[in-house]
This record gives sequence, structure tokens and C-alpha cells, in this order.
Amino acid sequence: MIQKNKKYFVIFVLPTLAAFIMAFVWPFFQGIYLSFCKFVTTSNATFVGVDNYIQAFQDQTFSSAFWFTVAFVIVSVVFINVLAFIVGYVLTMGIKGSNIFRTTFFMPNLIGGIVLGYIWQLIFNGILLNYGKTIVADATFGFWGLVILMCWQQIGYMMIIYISGFQSIPGDLYEAARIDGANKRQIMGRITIPMMAPSITICTFLTLTNSFKLFDQNLALTNGLPGVVQASGTTVYKTQMLALNIYQTFYQNANTRGVGQAKAVIFFVIVAAIALVQLYFTRKREVQQ
Amino acid sequence: MKKLSKLLAVGLAGCMMASVFAGCGGNNSTAGGDSNTPEASGKVYYLQFKPEQDQQWQDLAKAYTDETGVEVTVVTAAENTYEQTLTSEMDKTDAPTLFQVNGPVGLANWKDYCYDLSNSDIVGQVTNDEFLLKEDNAVYGVAYVVETYGIIYNKTLLDKYFGSDFATVKSVDEIKSFDALKTVAEEIQANKEALGVDGAFTSAGMDGSSDWRFKTHLANMPIYYEYKDKGISSTDAIEGKYLDNYKQIWDLYINNATCDKTALASKTGTDAETEFKTGKAVFFQNGTWEYGGTAYDEEKGEGLKDEEYGMLPIYIGADGEEKQGLCTGSENYWCVNKNASENDIKATLDFINWCVTSDKGTTALAEDMGFVIPFKNAKEASNPLVAIADADVEAGNTPVSWNFSSIPSEKWKDGVGAALTQYAAGTGSWDDVKTAFVEGWKTEYAAANK
Amino acid sequence: MDANVKKRSKISKIILTVVFSIIAVFYVSPIFIVLMNSFKLKTGISAQPFTPPNADTFVGFDNYINGIFYGNFPFYKSVAISLFVTIATVFVILICTSMSAWYISRVNNWVCKLIYYFCVFSMIVPFQMVMYTLSKTADSLKLNTPWGIVIVYLGFGAGLAIFMFTGFVKSIPIEIEEAASIDGAGPLRTFFGVVLPIMKPTFISVGILETMWVWNDYLLPYLVLDIKLYRTIPIHIQYLNGSYGQTDIGAIMALIILSIIPIVIFYFACQKHIIKGIVSGAVKG
Repeated sequence: MIQKNKKYFVIFVLPTLAAFIMAFVWPFFQGIYLSFCKFVTTSNATFVGVDNYIQAFQDQTFSSAFWFTVAFVIVSVVFINVLAFIVGYVLTMGIKGSNIFRTTFFMPNLIGGIVLGYIWQLIFNGILLNYGKTIVADATFGFWGLVILMCWQQIGYMMIIYISGFQSIPGDLYEAARIDGANKRQIMGRITIPMMAPSITICTFLTLTNSFKLFDQNLALTNGLPGVVQASGTTVYKTQMLALNIYQTFYQNANTRGVGQAKAVIFFVIVAAIALVQLYFTRKREVQQ
Repeated sequence: MKKLSKLLAVGLAGCMMASVFAGCGGNNSTAGGDSNTPEASGKVYYLQFKPEQDQQWQDLAKAYTDETGVEVTVVTAAENTYEQTLTSEMDKTDAPTLFQVNGPVGLANWKDYCYDLSNSDIVGQVTNDEFLLKEDNAVYGVAYVVETYGIIYNKTLLDKYFGSDFATVKSVDEIKSFDALKTVAEEIQANKEALGVDGAFTSAGMDGSSDWRFKTHLANMPIYYEYKDKGISSTDAIEGKYLDNYKQIWDLYINNATCDKTALASKTGTDAETEFKTGKAVFFQNGTWEYGGTAYDEEKGEGLKDEEYGMLPIYIGADGEEKQGLCTGSENYWCVNKNASENDIKATLDFINWCVTSDKGTTALAEDMGFVIPFKNAKEASNPLVAIADADVEAGNTPVSWNFSSIPSEKWKDGVGAALTQYAAGTGSWDDVKTAFVEGWKTEYAAANK
Repeated sequence: MDANVKKRSKISKIILTVVFSIIAVFYVSPIFIVLMNSFKLKTGISAQPFTPPNADTFVGFDNYINGIFYGNFPFYKSVAISLFVTIATVFVILICTSMSAWYISRVNNWVCKLIYYFCVFSMIVPFQMVMYTLSKTADSLKLNTPWGIVIVYLGFGAGLAIFMFTGFVKSIPIEIEEAASIDGAGPLRTFFGVVLPIMKPTFISVGILETMWVWNDYLLPYLVLDIKLYRTIPIHIQYLNGSYGQTDIGAIMALIILSIIPIVIFYFACQKHIIKGIVSGAVKG
């Protein structure tokens, strides 16, 4: 019936569509166009071809941010998922207080990135004070600080997904395995982990994209510090991640906005590639089932 | 359905309630910008640079609004984020009508936005043309405050040192060189328990609220001497001739401070201020603007009385430094946004002119903010540090000019600051500071003058 | 032997409970450390963050009072603005996108398909990609107010919401709607009377995901809102650090606690829904 009344398009879809075009579609295409321009503000853009991309790839701060981000993503994805998996496993074993633990572990997830950054800055600086150091004294501190912060925030969230995964494994599978004389390790390797594959895929990609796009926590905890001067005279901020690097390129100096936009496009391509890989894995699994 | 309508009702009620709150929050302000206010006069939006004077500017803006009905909004950028805030604010349609640049280099970035002040009233009020920022026969900026910095000291504590038996220097008149300063500082540090202090110098904090004292103000010293030797006032490549002196003074600061040098990275401006005001340190590198933060507070019973203030030049061991004075200059130039509407420009020009001519304005600048302003109607600043600065010039010392306005970019300062932090923490070497100073200058100069 | 195994597993469960209790205490300790420090004199915080307040450093609620009222933009204003933006945004997103999603999946012509694929696509685009152009567009359209930012959020958050809603609508048998339409109900009545109540679980999931996003978001409001007049809680806390010529760490501690309280209340009030919402949101997203 709604099919016959296309005028309802105006009521049902148009408000959202207008906002969507204004806040996403238009800025997205304009962004792609501007990445090929030199501009201070959107109205005075001049086309410069791939110049911005060349500059972005030559920028030492960008490559440093890229490798820092990659290292951070790998480490935090592994830590978060392994720990969340274990916690989820234990909390579905039926131990006392499971609900309270679940509530507790999930709570940090609700706190925003900026606030999280300041909470942990206090803690880390308090601990490092005993050794006469601070979180921004050394990039290693900043790196592990961010990893710990991310674990604290994300384990609860992933745990929830793992718990629902564990709960959806039919109990008779275990029963059958036990009757066949399978030991604990075999049950884990042959039943639990294969049955958990969907949850593991979801959580891996969620943590992957979350860590890759991290901004607020990075800004509040270290703001990219410490900075180290390179032989060329450029200062590279050792704990600066990609999102923060792009932000700084845009707003530190209005003359490098074209480069900032080019970096943003590169960033987008990477994130999109991760998403496509995820899609591929999810599809493959669906076909197998 | 019932539950749903409940949900809708809760949502609507929430919206209404919150909009009432938000309405409260916004009603003392522009209220939508282009609403049809009958007088349709312009309004002023001042993006202010000095966080320590935020409250005073808010008060002055309010006083002006009460007097004239013209709306003045003052926003202060957080420490070290002025350029960034200005960059993002200037992009907006409701951009600042009044903003600041730090000198010729800052102007280069913002020239396209600066209204030519040549024919404005405020230019006629300036006492000396050197306080104008001129280029191509146009006046783009007016310095509104002249400031002085050096090594502020606590007279009571320093006298206590002079009176001690371990003191080899017996009077402040003997401190005329880096070596003398070093002797004093090291003897204080060695006998800090006897003097009841935590260290000779306050912590040279490298947190964003404090690092400008070293990456900008202290860095001015080696730049000043190099310029002086070469007879120049700006350069595309700094040689770093006086970097060893820079190291000397930096070492002195970090080795004779209230805290271990490895902890400096996170020490804030407030930390240093508190140490000085509670008498835990004798020396404090800072300027006339710091009077407000350290002056005696009866309620708390801490702080320095006016007669307890003293200020020494920053000696770095350069030749002929006996005659070196305090560092005096300005890095606060008012610029008017030429892209603002005609009414707003007029309102802004009227506002700044009022600030430097009216009784209320000059009183606020001189007394509440403790500023020396280079305008004809200026009032005497009620600030002992300003009096000390004046006396220093009268004594025949040569004031050190503020050459840091020729620093090619904010990024240069950040680079030097980062290297200083690393050096203090022991995770970097002095060579990094050199690289940041010399190579960084070249890179940044080239980037800024492409 | 069987009894032995049972006994052993019982003991190991008790041990696990104990171990997890200890971990849980550590897990929440950062929040308690901040809480403790929020009652301390600001000079005692950065120097000794782990010592509880004593007679010298205890300042009662001073930090809270400073934090709430200090500055020309007091904290309570930020709370009001954050509340307004979050509630209004979530409300608008839920209504508008659920309507769109229903229309899109029921009509399903090429326009609708195009919109749908764009929405899915928008979910993978990082904010930095549109950061500058979006804030410029929003500014030139005068969306720099708490009302305006709701529209920006609707547009930028539409992707995920439409994706989740269409997924759910597809699972609703169309016969229910046809029955309603035979009874003479128009599309609006059908939607609000029949479809919407069925969609309730997805409403809650989307609502919770969007609430968590908007309440904690920093960069988008920072770039879009007129910072002279409107600051949300995250903007406020970030701004406190280093402005006013000093960093009042005591006030920051107090404000961190104050900004966590609403979240904790929200969490305990709808814990069950939050957990359900996350599971279904994650499985689909």
C-alpha cells in the first residue's frame, strides 16, 4: 500500500535524506575533490592534482603515525580479544557473582574517551612518579598506556559479545563430546572455538576499527607527546595516531589543509579495506554454513 | 502502543526540558546571531590570547556592555592552542572580530584577514609608532600591552641567603653575570634545608601550561644575541651561535629546581606558581603578568608582598652581559577581522578605543591586569614588577628585545620544547635541541615562506 | 570419582570467584582514585595521587564548587547542553530513521536501494574524512546551535540506524501491515500504530548505541558548535586543561566524577537493555 503512495517519500524519507546528504554525502564528495586542491577555506580551492598525496606520503609525521597506529592496533586487538574471551568464558561457567562481574567489567565502556584519557593520565603519572618519569617522557609509556586504557574500556564490551556467543552454543554438543571421552583441551579446540568463530570475527573487527580510528583517548592521554626532532628538523610526535595527525594537519596551520584532506582520504581507504576484508570473512562463513 | 506513546511523551518532555536549560544557557549571548534586534548595532567577538587575564577581560567586556549596550563576547583559548583555536574559529561565519597576532611572523599567516587600521582612532592614541605592525603602508596590528620578563626572585629568601655563612655572594648587586647567578643558585640548592626551600628555581615545567617560558621566552636569549652580533632582526636560518649558553642556563634551571629534572615533563604552570608563592623556591623565570598569580592573598595567607618582589635579567654568559637588562617587548597585537560585517568592525574599533582611552578601560588594563599599555591615556600600572622594569631601564641597562616574534612558526617552538623536555628527562641529548633549533628553523621558515 | 570431579570443579569455581573479585576491585579502582582525589587540595593530587586525603589536603566539596561554577562558562551549562543534545538527537534519529527504514525496505525501488547502500557505505567512513567539509557545511547552514547539531547528528548517524532498522523491518511479515491497510489505515497510521510497536527491541538497541555515541562525542560538537555559547561536557573538560592560565586538576577530578554519574545512573537503570542492545548491534554492525 505504501508503494502506491510515493508522496509519502516526502514524509518518511526526505527529512533523513536531506540531513544525510548535508552531513555525509556532500561533505564526502567535496572532501575527495578538495584532496586534489590547495585551499585555506572551501571557497578558494585551486586544483593541484596529486600534489597533496605526494606531500602526505613524504610527511615523516604521517608515516610515523601510521606505524604507531599499526603497532597499537595489533597489540590491542590481541590483548582485548584474548582477555575478553577468557573473561566471557569464565563468566559463563556459572561461578558465583557472574552478574556483578559482568556489570563491573562493562562499566568503563560507557565513559567517554576524553574523560578516560584524564583518568588514566592521573594513574599513570602517579605510578611513574615513583621512578621520576611521566607518561609523556617516553613513547613506550604512551604506547602501553594507550593499550591499557583501551583494554580497560573495550574488554567489557567484547566480553558481552563473547558471553552471548558462549550462551548460544547448544549444551548437548558438550554432552556428546564428554560421552565420547573428549578431554577439556579437545572440547575447547574442537567445539568451543569453532562455535565461537562468528563472535571472534565480530569482536576482532570491532576492536580493529575502534583502535584504528582512536582519537579522543589519544588526544587526552598524551596528545602525541613526546616529540622527537628528526635530522631534517621536523618534529615527529611519537605517540600520535593517524586520526590525531590528520586533525593537527588541518587545524595547526591553515595552509596545509589540502594535505590534511589527502591524508584523510588515505585513512578512509585503509579503514574501508579493513571493512571489505571483514565482509569477505563473514560471507565466506555464511557460505560454509 | 501504550508503551510507545509513553516513550514519545518522555522524549518530547526531555526535549522541552533540555531546551529550557539550553535557553537559559544562551540567553545572555547573541541568541541566534541574526535575530532582529532593534538597534542592529554591531557586536564584538574577541578571541583573547592570555589565559591568566581571562576573568579580567570578561569583567571589562561586561562593563562595556553595561555602559553602551554593545555586546562583547570574550573567548580565551587554552594555553598553547591559540593558533589552533583561531584557525578553526576564523573558518566560521561567526568569526572573531578582534583577534591577536604575535608579531610580523604571526601577521604573515593572517594578513589576508586584517583590517587596515591606518585611519582608526586607536592608532592616533599610540605613543610610539614602533608599537604598530605595519606593512605596505597599512597598519595591520596595534600592540596593546608592553611586558617585561626575567628571573623573578623572592627578596626575603634571597636576603636570607645573603645573610648565611655559606653565601659567597653577599648582595644582589653582585649578581651581574651568569657565573654569579650560578654560584648563588648552586649554593642555595646545596643548602636548601637551611633556607627552608625545596630548590633555587621553581620547577621548569614542560607541561603545555608552562613550557612557553622556555621554548619561547628563554629561547629568545640565544636568538637575541645572535641577531645583535649580526645586526639583523630576522633570519631564514639561525646559526645557533649561543646554543651553548642556552644549554648552560637550561642546565642551571633543571639541576637546581624544586623537583628532580626527570619529573619536569608533567609539571604545570600552576605548580611553579604555587612553589614560588609559598616560598619553596627563590627564583622564578616569568614576567610582569605573573604578579596577579603570586601576589599576597590575605585569605590564604600566602603569596609575596609587593616589597618582596625582585627581578634579575636572564644571564646566559654572553659577552657584555653586565649591562644586559630585562626582556621587554610585546607579542600581543590587536588585529581586526576585515571579513566581519561593517557594523561589527565599527563596534570592534569602538571597543578597543574605549579600552585604551576611557577611565574604566585604562583602569582595568593598568590595575586589574597590571599592564603597561603604550597609549596616551595610560594609567600607571599597580604592579611592582612593572616598577622594577622601569627602574632597570633607568639604571642604564639595555632592555633585551623580544625577538621570538621572528620565530618562523609555532611548530618550531613545539619542536624545541619537545627536545628540551627529552633532554631534561634524560631520554634525549642536547644535540636534539640543536637540531630542533637550527634545522627546525630552516624547515619551518621554508614551509612558512613557500 | 564422579563426586571427586564435582568437588574439584566446585572448589575451582570458588577460587575463580575470589580471583575475579580481586580483579574487579582493581578494575573499578581508577574511578575510586579519581573520586578520592576530587576531595583533595589540587597541589596534593599530582604529587601523591594514591594517598587518601588527610587533614592537610582534605578540602571537602571545594573542588566541586570550583568546577561547577568557575569560569565564564560554568559546568552546569555544559551539562544542560549535553543533556539536550543527547536527548534531542536520539529522539530525532529514532523517529526519522525508523520511518525512512520502513519506507526504504517496503518500497525498495532503485532510489531506495541507492540510499540504503549509501547508508551502509557511510558506516565505514571515518569521521576525519568529512571532518573539515562537514563542519564548514554545518557552519554555512547555521547549524552551530544545539538545535542545529541535532540535524548534523541525524545525517551523520543515519547510516547505522537505517541499516539496523531495515534489517529488522525485513523480518516483519508484510501481512500485518496489509491487514491494517485493509482496515483503512494510511501509511502514517500503519507505521505508528502497527510497525513501530513491533520494532521496539531495535528502537532500544539503536537508542542505546546512539546515546553512548552522542553523550561522549568530542570532536564533532567541538568543530560544529559555536564555542562562545555552547560547550558539551567533553569539550568543557578538554578546555579546562590549560586554560585560564592554569590547570586546576582538583576541579578536573571533580568534573570527571560529575560527568560519570549520569552515565552510571543510566547504566544501572537500563543495564539489561544496554547489554541486549550491544549484542544485537554488534551482530548486525
